[in-house]
Amino acid sequence: MSLIYLDNNATTKVAPEVLEAMMPYFKEEYANPSSIYEFAKNSNHAVRDARGVIKDFINAGNEKEIIFTSCGSESANTAIQGVLNMNKNKRHIITTKVEHPCVLNLYQTLEKQGYKVDYIGVNSNGELDLAQLEEAINYDTALVSVMYANNETGVIFPIEKISEIIKSKNKETKFFVDAVQVAGKIPIDVQAAGIDLLGISGHKFHAPKGVGALYVNSKTLITPLIIGGHQERGKRAGTENVPYIVGMAKAAELASDSLKYELSEVKRLRDKLESGILKKVFNARVNTAISNRVPNTTNIGFEYIEGELILLHLSDLGICASSGSACTSGSLEPSHVLRAMNVPFTAIHGSIRWSLSRYTTEKEIDYVLDVLPGIINKITALSPYQDELENLKKLRS
Amino acid sequence: MWDYSEKVMDHYRNPRNVGKIDNADAIGEAGSLACGDSLKIYLKIENGIVTDAKFQTFGCGSAVASSSILTEMIIGKTVEEVKKITNKDIADQLGGLPPEKMHCSVMGYEALEDALGNYDNLTDLDELRNEKTAEKIVCTCFNVTENMIWDAIKQNGLRTVEDITNYTKAGGACGKCKGLIQDIIDTYYKKEESEAQKSTLSPAQKILKINNIIETQISPELRKDGGDITLVDIDGNKVLVKLRGKCSGCKNSHLTLKAFVESTLRETVDKNIDVIEVA
Repeated sequence: MSLIYLDNNATTKVAPEVLEAMMPYFKEEYANPSSIYEFAKNSNHAVRDARGVIKDFINAGNEKEIIFTSCGSESANTAIQGVLNMNKNKRHIITTKVEHPCVLNLYQTLEKQGYKVDYIGVNSNGELDLAQLEEAINYDTALVSVMYANNETGVIFPIEKISEIIKSKNKETKFFVDAVQVAGKIPIDVQAAGIDLLGISGHKFHAPKGVGALYVNSKTLITPLIIGGHQERGKRAGTENVPYIVGMAKAAELASDSLKYELSEVKRLRDKLESGILKKVFNARVNTAISNRVPNTTNIGFEYIEGELILLHLSDLGICASSGSACTSGSLEPSHVLRAMNVPFTAIHGSIRWSLSRYTTEKEIDYVLDVLPGIINKITALSPYQDELENLKKLRS
Repeated sequence: MWDYSEKVMDHYRNPRNVGKIDNADAIGEAGSLACGDSLKIYLKIENGIVTDAKFQTFGCGSAVASSSILTEMIIGKTVEEVKKITNKDIADQLGGLPPEKMHCSVMGYEALEDALGNYDNLTDLDELRNEKTAEKIVCTCFNVTENMIWDAIKQNGLRTVEDITNYTKAGGACGKCKGLIQDIIDTYYKKEESEAQKSTLSPAQKILKINNIIETQISPELRKDGGDITLVDIDGNKVLVKLRGKCSGCKNSHLTLKAFVESTLRETVDKNIDVIEVA
């Protein structure tokens, strides 16, 4: 049984070229980049060069604006807490209802510390309510924090437009963008988009887990989250994780080279999967079908059946995807993103997220389209909602 | 990633007894579509024996496995035997379930309970349903009643709010009822503790306890009304007392003895206590 990995929004496989680029920094070039001797030169330069690559990857103006971190969560925590600490007189934050838990849970903690947080909603297509956002910004708003694209639906938010709205309402308000789900999938230009801070995570674009980056533009001041040595210009203490930083830079180069492929070929396969499922499975619905999505993601709800069971049956055939259902996470509540979109409860528990990568092949998509209808039929036959299913079948045929 | 047992995997891969029974003698339901899992169980009962059982489940792997194995567990059993099955039996038969998935076995138990309730009260279904809905709901997100939580504690020896959430889902969404759940747990164990204490008292301890309660709880109350009480003797569960002051000769003295003195002692010491007035 071969593995068909369609869960690339959860994590990705390490590209072979990335691993290869990392190896010397485990074996020969193990020096601490801060050391003074000649032996440290290569590791020092490797980090310097990697910073340049990441700068170009997101089109930052200066290498000094890049901070290496350990993951996307650290990038987000550093950005958010760093900005708030520098603006102690401001107590208002705006974010969205559909942010990643790493950000949402932090905001809930900040609320307990006395911050006022506004959570902007989305429509049934998963698009942000910009009017609500505009209205929420006031003189006290320290930070607006919006993800670049949603990890569950793939919907891309209008970052440039949001930045314009912010700057028109309050020039002192900082704008943090969690770009973990778009890095490597669509081009990022922090300058053109008017972003103050932006976080990315290596393992979402074929670097290993355990490395990320934070962009902080030169006009934005932050306090460090991890206090200690002088590394990262005092913004993030701790000896640089040289092999992983090198690996993430290599992955960024590869991703930049394949952006065109993502936007054409990966998108074609995603669309093929999406339309194929809709055609073959009567109780399937795309939770949002708008075109402005990252090219690799689709979220499909299977009505009157439950997602974990679908995933378990797919897993038996070597197919990996993920679910917005409550049961998979043990959280008891279904996805906060799908709930914010008002996905009907007949479909929310049976929603499956499929996320492709540049390694996904047409053969794999064909295989999924081949076996999925049988799995869905088998599970649908167990459902106590046979009358409702029968009605749905008539309605859709 | 769940660590499902081989048996759980076997049952969700190849569920047994799927479907409906036309003309079922009893049908039970639990859960709901909105909550993310639901189960319908159909029973055929002949001469007090479950001759056939089928199920339909909307739910995860462990929900399907719990329903499937439950049908296997009950076919061929008498109704009386089936009534004794608990959620723990279902989970045990499956070789265990992950803690966060125990509520799936509870759902099986609830559907079975619903079916047998319906079977016993076939003529008075509406009344039964009213009774059920009249039960106090603790968790409004998942419609979990106080009785369901009480049962789960009793059957599985649960001790924490987290346990209750894993077994019944209560408190798993908005979390507002967590305080209430803690209260139920505290009440349960306080009651259990006091019952355990009562049953393990030696005769001497019992005498001391009765004397202590009369002196600290009963006598002060009677004195407020100008009366009083003295302990004369204790003979097994017979407590002989003498009423004094205004109490002696009071028309309501019998009421005082039974409704107050006796009930207080029964509640705190032993439910078999008889209080007898001596002259």
